[in-house]
Amino acid sequence: MSPEMLFGLLWKSLLQTLHMVAVSGLIGSLIGLPIGVFLATSGKDELFPAPKLNYAIGLVVNAARSTPFIIMVVAIIPFTRLLTGTSIGTTAAIVPLTIATVPFFARLVEAAIREIDKGLIEAARAMGATPMQIVFKVLLAEARPAILLAFTMTIVSLIGYSAMVGAVGGGGLGDLGIRYGYQRFMPDVMLAVVIVLIVLVQLVQSAGDALARRFDKRNRKS
Amino acid sequence: MTFPTVAAGADRHERAQAAPPMVTFEAVTKRYGSAAKSFTALDGVDMTVGRGEITGIIGRSGAGKSTLIRLVNGLEKASSGKVIVDGTEVGRLNDAGLRGLRREVGMIFQHFNLLSSRTAFDNVALPLEIAGLSRAEIKGKVEPLLDLVGLGDKAASYPSELSGGQKQRVGIARALATSPKLLLSDEATSALDPETTQSILALLKQINAELGLTVLLITHEMEVVKTIASHVAVIDQGRIVEQGCTFDVFTAPKHETTRILLSSTLGTSLPEWLRSGLKNEPSAGDRILVRLTFFGATAFQPLTARLVTEIGGDVNILAGAIEEIAGEPFGTLVVSYPAAPEIIDRANRFFAATGLSTEVLGYVA
Repeated sequence: MSPEMLFGLLWKSLLQTLHMVAVSGLIGSLIGLPIGVFLATSGKDELFPAPKLNYAIGLVVNAARSTPFIIMVVAIIPFTRLLTGTSIGTTAAIVPLTIATVPFFARLVEAAIREIDKGLIEAARAMGATPMQIVFKVLLAEARPAILLAFTMTIVSLIGYSAMVGAVGGGGLGDLGIRYGYQRFMPDVMLAVVIVLIVLVQLVQSAGDALARRFDKRNRKS
Repeated sequence: MTFPTVAAGADRHERAQAAPPMVTFEAVTKRYGSAAKSFTALDGVDMTVGRGEITGIIGRSGAGKSTLIRLVNGLEKASSGKVIVDGTEVGRLNDAGLRGLRREVGMIFQHFNLLSSRTAFDNVALPLEIAGLSRAEIKGKVEPLLDLVGLGDKAASYPSELSGGQKQRVGIARALATSPKLLLSDEATSALDPETTQSILALLKQINAELGLTVLLITHEMEVVKTIASHVAVIDQGRIVEQGCTFDVFTAPKHETTRILLSSTLGTSLPEWLRSGLKNEPSAGDRILVRLTFFGATAFQPLTARLVTEIGGDVNILAGAIEEIAGEPFGTLVVSYPAAPEIIDRANRFFAATGLSTEVLGYVA
């Protein structure tokens, strides 16, 4: 394969990966965030006490998280077709990626919020704050660095997951690596794909770390 | 001989009774857990917090003081009994009513509970944002408050850039932001070193005097109550075992818990070597051990020197301390002198004439 051709393939696949990861990461996180907040605040004697609903949602989240991703991709094909009108291609691949993101991000958000000192919630209650004010002014504000790191982790995981959607013709870097590198015995393509992925993950992680650090005021020393 | 301190104490009682109390606890009981496995945190508490006063609740950890203070702003609900704050029964308020009450009751905490993501200014602004004030109104309120607590130059600092004492000052400014009529202090100085503790207590005292703010504080530190509280309640195993003016309670403790709490801070505990040799009945040649308590006018008189000449026997000083309780001097002295009947007789006459309060601790060989 000529270098120009390899570069062309890599570029096309990278764009497909970025497309899938960006769209499913954003939509999945937007849905996952409120679910994570709910999981962290709806236990017994918490802000929005609903222990039964909390338990039920926890079960669904666990079930979704324990289903192997490649099985989920195939299992939800009817749903994907309903939503996008097709079951193959990059757009179709976004549906299972999004569905996998929601419970993953929700659990990370839940953990981030549970880390917050209960004393802050008590202080806000003592000021006369409503539960919603506590969520927005205390919990989300204080957990922001941790949530940014959770989002970074989610994006990095999605880059990995997106390699599997080649199974439904989703394309992307992983698919390129399998089809050319593995099935056509082209180790140079495989190597190029792996290098691009390493650089991509590194960039995402560094950007996420920097952003989280900017919002983290806990360890400032004058 | 009169007792100026006792008179002053009675005077304070009358003042507290004149205005209706800020907080009243009526037969308040709080149980946690199910009926089968319940734990009683508070057991029939009756107590009042006088308007404009600084009232301290002291007790060991687990005595129920945290629960008691949280009943006042409804962070906890009483299992039975009434908690009345400025005429409003807290237990009858709905959620909105409770939030309204909480805006009139400030609270400060042992671990400050400041938001790490907000500057000092924005932490003080938080209760005002919650109350729905505009940015301009908030600015007009926060700046004078930061000046009041001595942090005018730290408005842009984050809590991690402030010392413990400065964090508590931000906490106090935040608690005062909504101009409350009552300030609850939950072990506010327990995480601070002694010097910082004194400066925070001085600030609370100043706020109490300048703004006429009622303060209810809980603590396990006798020093805190002694320094600023005009009234005190001693809590033990969910019951108030003693309450009244700080000076009265501390100079004449009636309950064992009060004595134990006091003995560590007021120089009234006997050294171990002395306690172990103490006998209840004298034998020939023994010496009598007496604790003298000075307060009010007697605290300043040279009574010990006179004691030696009056009783005609040698007087040995074994332990003693002069303290200040709620702004009044208070001294204790443990002395021994020969347990001969005529000497004891002369000593007792001298004590009666000078108004010294005494307690016979025992006899030593």
